Amino acid sequence: GKNEYDLLVIGGGSGGLACAKEAAQFGRKVAVLDYVEPSPQGSSWGLGGTCVNVGCIPKKLMHQAALLGSALKDAQHYGWNIAQPVHHTWSVMAQAVQNYVKSLNWGHRVQLQDKKVKYFNMKGSFSDSHTVRGLTKAGKEVSCCYNIVIATGGRPKYPTQIAGALEYGITSDDLFWLKESPGKTLTPFVLSYVSLECAGFLTGIGLDTTVMMRSIPLRGFDQANQMASLVTEHMESYGTKFLKRCFPTKVEKLESNRLQVTWKNTELGTEETDSFDTVMWAVGRAPDTKTLNLETVGVKTNSETGKIIVDASEATSVPHIYAIGDITEGRPELTPTAIAAGKLLAQRLFGHSSELMDYNNVPTTVFTPLEYGCVGLSEEAAVQCHGSDNIEVFHAYYKPLEFTVAERDATQCYMKMVCLREREQRILGLHFIGPNAGEVIQGFALGIKCGATYPQLMKTVGIHPTCAEEVTKLHITKRSGLDATVTGC
Amino acid sequence: SVQAHKEDKPQKPVEMNGLSPVPDSYDYDLIVIGGGSGGLAASKEAAKYGKKVMVLDFVIPTPQGGSWGLGGTCVNVGCIPKKLMHQAALLGQALQDSRKFGWQFTEEVKHNWMTMIESVQNYIGSLNWGYRVSLRDNKVTYENAYGEFVGPHTIKATNKRGVEKLYTAERFLIATGERPRYLGIPGDKEYCISSDDLFSLPYCPGKTLVVGASYVALECAGFLAGLGLDVTVMVRSILLRGFDQDMANKIGEYMKEHGVNFIREFVPIKVEQVEEGTPGRLKVTAKSTTGNQVIEGEYNTVLLAIGRDPCTRKIGLDKVGVNINEKTGKIPVNDEEQTNVPYVYAIGDILQDKLELTPVAIQAGRLLVRRLYAGATTKCDYVNVPTTVFTPLEYGACGYSEETAVEKFGEENIEVYHSHFWPLEWTVPSRDNNKCYAKIICNIQDNERVIGFHVLGPNAGEVTQGFAAAIKCGMTKEQLDNTVGIHPVCAEV
Repeated sequence: GKNEYDLLVIGGGSGGLACAKEAAQFGRKVAVLDYVEPSPQGSSWGLGGTCVNVGCIPKKLMHQAALLGSALKDAQHYGWNIAQPVHHTWSVMAQAVQNYVKSLNWGHRVQLQDKKVKYFNMKGSFSDSHTVRGLTKAGKEVSCCYNIVIATGGRPKYPTQIAGALEYGITSDDLFWLKESPGKTLTPFVLSYVSLECAGFLTGIGLDTTVMMRSIPLRGFDQANQMASLVTEHMESYGTKFLKRCFPTKVEKLESNRLQVTWKNTELGTEETDSFDTVMWAVGRAPDTKTLNLETVGVKTNSETGKIIVDASEATSVPHIYAIGDITEGRPELTPTAIAAGKLLAQRLFGHSSELMDYNNVPTTVFTPLEYGCVGLSEEAAVQCHGSDNIEVFHAYYKPLEFTVAERDATQCYMKMVCLREREQRILGLHFIGPNAGEVIQGFALGIKCGATYPQLMKTVGIHPTCAEEVTKLHITKRSGLDATVTGC
Repeated sequence: SVQAHKEDKPQKPVEMNGLSPVPDSYDYDLIVIGGGSGGLAASKEAAKYGKKVMVLDFVIPTPQGGSWGLGGTCVNVGCIPKKLMHQAALLGQALQDSRKFGWQFTEEVKHNWMTMIESVQNYIGSLNWGYRVSLRDNKVTYENAYGEFVGPHTIKATNKRGVEKLYTAERFLIATGERPRYLGIPGDKEYCISSDDLFSLPYCPGKTLVVGASYVALECAGFLAGLGLDVTVMVRSILLRGFDQDMANKIGEYMKEHGVNFIREFVPIKVEQVEEGTPGRLKVTAKSTTGNQVIEGEYNTVLLAIGRDPCTRKIGLDKVGVNINEKTGKIPVNDEEQTNVPYVYAIGDILQDKLELTPVAIQAGRLLVRRLYAGATTKCDYVNVPTTVFTPLEYGACGYSEETAVEKFGEENIEVYHSHFWPLEWTVPSRDNNKCYAKIICNIQDNERVIGFHVLGPNAGEVTQGFAAAIKCGMTKEQLDNTVGIHPVCAEV
């Protein structure tokens, strides 16, 4: 039968759930549709979306597992006697992570119930601009008179032009649900942080891991390539193998059930092969709009990316239909922005607020073995925007205190701050590579939101001994050409 | 009598206490007494402006005979070794966590104190060396000698062999810092150690009694327990006096739940040796502060951490007329770090009513020198200085505690927002899910400006630093709400 709702949210991920729960606070009748189409390899999961199930959460936990491996090595320098051999068992980790994720699925269901949000585990498709049909066998309809929010997120793309890619490769959708170790792994292409993060923690838990790069890593994050290079340089010294200037041409299955990958080495002009247990694709994510039936209702999408076009209030081209999160064009693909946008949208729709989401100066962190946190403009973007004569870049190579006794290499521990040169020297961007990068950057992101200037930062006294204090001591400019290595206090 | 002098005129000779008159030109532009965080930063800065600078640094050995090299408290017996040993303890916890994340190794893991001490001391040694090189490179004269005033513009430097030399300078900077206080009870100096001894102790301290409730006491008790030792903390009254008490109590609770014993409202009255050794066995007798009850306990080591006293009583300040607070020994200065004697300045832990922190001393020292020699006017900003206590559950703070905010603004004018949080990394190993905590205190009357920030959790220092910068920019609650979090990190809470 038909049910009437004030708000219908299609997609129970970070954005969708936040929006739904916020709307329910205003006493509205809200429903959420969430459905996970199994991956080509058959992986599926519960309520909560990408972040909870196949993104941020399992990623950070496995990253932590890898970091603990390093901690085990450090511990010996600090006096802990650990008998060798030390080894890692994938299934113990995977089960612990998967159990935690399942507890979150459950937690989300309970939360929806507590807030009286109706939840349907079914795929949504538009019948008309005010009616969404749940695609179950019965084709149950769920109608909504007023507002619909599309928050279906994205799914990993496959490089289908490569023979065997779809049949034999996995993606992040599958990696976190593997019951058995992925073994010797290849991640071809580095178009996003996903491949580097995954390759990073796989290396950290002791697996033979290779990253294949056609050109430059992390395109779009910091096009000066400096931060991306430092991150990948560290990974190399950490033990990840890099095949540079190469791209795969085919993947075949061997009798042993292992995979044989053939690739072209563009530098040498040769063709090479090797066998792996796992090939993981991380070539970008495609918006999940296929079964939504957007054309029928006229919701416009970007012809190149397929993402839904929205205005500053998250409205699509169709009145009363909104979109938030990874599915929207021109927005950062991050959980916290989706959550914030979802909440603000609900407040505007039902709470008489007029506050729009501010997508500027959103901080992010890449959780590679040596983490990279940033907020604001990259150096390249700042130069493009203001001209290199009008910006000043302060930078420093530093060594975390904890690395000293542990005899760890701090070559890539680096930070830089991009400021306007004139008058008050407003800070445009801050970039930090080192341990706990996310923790370091978060507070400074606040400062930048408040329009922090270089002098204000210099007036802030440091906390000693931390890595973050080095930000308040930045004083060597790139322009000066001086050695930017921090010496003792 | 001492005459006031204009700083750019040569001094008139004055006879004082039978010493020869002070010459027209001085040996140095600036003599810094104390080669710690503040003193070294100031001296190097002054040398940058072409000034002739000397640093005198000397460590009077501890009652147990311990001593150390150039660099002051922070480098040798403070921040640096403390953080490294805290890290050693955290790594012990990480070992336990790692099993839940799939790492496998033998059940029994023991900690070797000597391995840790050696590593830590080697690193400190490299810093001592680094400072000597740095002073030389910056053309700052350094003498390992005890400096004390003997007359106007004149100090006497005595090295460890007892050789005395006199030096004169246009200006002086006192940065002598502090040393741990003793209880003044029988057996304290003979048998007890302090933080001055702990970081180079050539044997494992074993079962330890920590006396005190300062951050030093709690940090040391924390890492000793984390290394697997049996630790008891004896507290006279409250924990972390001067800090937000809500947070202080949470820290204490956490430590208690993680194996640290607390004896509250007792003070030791006697320490006796039961058996010699490294460590030996000590018997401690303590009396209740609320009644007549007397208790006894036996420990391998007794660590006193009841406070620190400034090194200002025996440096001849009376000879040049520099006022000190007779009760505390601290030196009052104006907002330009100048004492009542115009050519004598002071920075760091010895200052009255200022925070005892390395970065504050460094900042004050550098800015002072820039004002003296580079025509700068910027004064040290002592407001909203962030700090972190590196207890097992770390505590980062910036701005007002809840009590002082209520006192200053009135309870009805402040709003406190708070939240418990569960670090993602603690979920899998099933660590406490309601211990980490964050709160901000806002001034309702001033646009809900954030006037206090407190966080209890891992990497509190890293988290707090950026928030301190934001508070410096006058952050309001609204701006905080509008800033998107990084996910998943603790700081996003």
